Amino acid sequence: MAVLNEEQQMLKDMAADWARERMPVTALRSLYDHGGGGRADSIGYDPEAWAEMAQMGWTGILAPQDHGGSDFGYLSLGLILEEMGKTLAASPLLSSALVAVSALRMGGDDAQQARWLPGLADGSVIGTLALDEGPHHAPERLALAATPSGDGWTLSGIKRPVQDGMVAHLAIVAAHTSGAPGVRDGITLFLVDTAAPGLTRTPLDQIDARLPATFTFDKVIVSPDAVLGEVGQGADLLDALRDRAAVGIAAEMLGSASQAFDTILDYLRTRVQFGAIIGSFQALQHRAACLFGELQLTRSAVELALVAIDEGDTALPALASLAKATAGDTLHAISSQMVQLHGGIGMTHEHDAGLYLKRARVAEQCYGSTAWHRERWARLNGY
Amino acid sequence: MVESEAIDEQAFRLEARAWLKANFPPSLAHVPGLIFQGDRHTAEANADYQLWRQRMADKGWGVPNWASRYGGADLTSLHGKIIGEELTAIGGFNPIRSYGTMMLGPTLLEYGNEAQKLEHLPFIASHERRWCQGFSEPGAGSDLASLQTRCTDMGDHWLVNGQKIWTSGADQADWCFAIVRTDTSRKQGGISFLLIDMASEGIEARPIVLISGSTHFCEVFFNDVKVPKGNLVGQVNQGWTIAKRLLQFERNSLSEVKADITPLSPLAHEYLGTDALGRIDSPDLRARMVHNAMRHEAYMATVHRFAQEAKNGGPSNGVSTLKNLWSGIIQERSELLVELMGANGLGWAGDAYGEAEREAARALLHSKAFSIYGGSFEVQNNITAKHTLGLPG
Repeated sequence: MAVLNEEQQMLKDMAADWARERMPVTALRSLYDHGGGGRADSIGYDPEAWAEMAQMGWTGILAPQDHGGSDFGYLSLGLILEEMGKTLAASPLLSSALVAVSALRMGGDDAQQARWLPGLADGSVIGTLALDEGPHHAPERLALAATPSGDGWTLSGIKRPVQDGMVAHLAIVAAHTSGAPGVRDGITLFLVDTAAPGLTRTPLDQIDARLPATFTFDKVIVSPDAVLGEVGQGADLLDALRDRAAVGIAAEMLGSASQAFDTILDYLRTRVQFGAIIGSFQALQHRAACLFGELQLTRSAVELALVAIDEGDTALPALASLAKATAGDTLHAISSQMVQLHGGIGMTHEHDAGLYLKRARVAEQCYGSTAWHRERWARLNGY
Repeated sequence: MVESEAIDEQAFRLEARAWLKANFPPSLAHVPGLIFQGDRHTAEANADYQLWRQRMADKGWGVPNWASRYGGADLTSLHGKIIGEELTAIGGFNPIRSYGTMMLGPTLLEYGNEAQKLEHLPFIASHERRWCQGFSEPGAGSDLASLQTRCTDMGDHWLVNGQKIWTSGADQADWCFAIVRTDTSRKQGGISFLLIDMASEGIEARPIVLISGSTHFCEVFFNDVKVPKGNLVGQVNQGWTIAKRLLQFERNSLSEVKADITPLSPLAHEYLGTDALGRIDSPDLRARMVHNAMRHEAYMATVHRFAQEAKNGGPSNGVSTLKNLWSGIIQERSELLVELMGANGLGWAGDAYGEAEREAARALLHSKAFSIYGGSFEVQNNITAKHTLGLPG
């Protein structure tokens, strides 16, 4: 555990209590039940719970105080995301309170901040990043085109998957205003109202019961004041944004992995076979001891990256990739072992193990897979 | 309060920097301190090393947080950390570091009586007395508490008979801290902790040749060895408790070895070449090197985090976890280093191989010991499972 100040410790305790009482894993089951046919009207999150999160100030943790936020920093928001990860609490907190708010803080001008930040901070507006276009996170290949039209721009192309895309009001859309895919020059970020004419959103029925979307842009017209940062110079801002998003999801993954591990331990301490508690078998003890070690590496890497953001550490790109890749490896292993060590019951829809496994595989792909981040770390370190 | 501490810290840093600059012999810069720690003859033959050792001994900075009457400098561990950092910054090393400072010293501070502390700690603090650790026996490896070396109360002295093995540097040691059996009716409860002068009659230390060619480890035979009554630390039959504490210090020192791990990437480019995109031209090996390097970075962050938590009174039960992570990561790195050198990394001796190449081969062989000594990988996992994770015994 990182060294927390009093406010951070209170925030963490509050988030842990709230997640346990208000958003236990059963809340995810009631949201969307893949084992029981599913709710046709699912929107991937619980608006009443979201309102409570906003009420507690979580949506405004990264927003400046003069725009209705508390400016508590990334470590604080990371603590909450970790607690949400423990119970698989589904909400747009990461997409909106971390990614969208970060985008406006880092790239928004006064007018843009005044227009969007108060709503994002009080939870009445949900924001998200529309970046990926194909099966893999590949920002270097983004192709969505923005062509000049009048004094603004026309966007055409596809974004998929867009996290929390069906409920977002605001999308930060990465497009090429010039230059070809694969070239950093010419990337521009746009603030797009998801109600804009020509933008069609289609839900993606994903294994983890979240509801990302495919965004189809058919000549969507945006005004010049929708440009975040400089025209054609958005690549650096996009990198900084992706680093923060990757660290945010890594914090959530740390929470999921530590809860999955605790659930494994509970089972090892109580399940009896061959007349013995199975946790007394050395093969299982050693597997648990090794997973515990991986969990320690993950906590260290995630906390290091969160603090690096707050302190403006220039090593953030490598540290963000370290955090995401380490969390990816660990959650992958622990979620698989959660099923394995529970045996048959772990394969049933009734047991929570499957829900952790499904969320794990989705989170592993979000904002860059383990492989993508390892490759990036390698490049940054001269391998 | 915080501010004045911060100023004090900065002032001490400058003081340490100036003193080290004035006193650390430049000829020793970037020389690994382990070569002196590991070999008495190398240490005695090097005049600059002896000068450096004496200066640090006089200053008390080899063990800065020990009391000055024991040869320390009455400083805090924060001061010690600063001295260490400033030393690293000039490519220096602590010439006092030894089994004495890492293992026996901290144990004596907790369990020794005043006479024992005064007799031994100053000589540890000056590194004038080399110590070896008489723990393992042929029949007591991972199951250490089954040790059989007998220690009999002869009224005015103890009489020791038996055999120890894997005793590092026993052939060069002045003294030995050993655990011995004082009661055969109980296992853990029949063990005592004894300090034995290696010059005593009846002791023979024989070096063992290892797969790496090293003769660092010895077997030690005790044949009717007389030991003064005052050399028993703590109470009779309390030795297992003391030994477990000492093993914690040992694991701690093993896992905290910073051992400036240089990245493998420059060497890998040199031996394997670079592809058109600037990457090491061996995708599979490159991927494994990157994975290992990232684990090492996360491991170092974990060492740091555990130290922080311990300072803040948090959980510090992670020594076994750290030791296993460390041995696994370093062993893998040793393999990768040889693998990237290819056939050149497989030389035993001769000018056909560079010095670094020969060292890489020896280091790979030596690294296999990391998951055996100081409590094997399996024993550490047993400890983690039972004590940290609360799984049933």
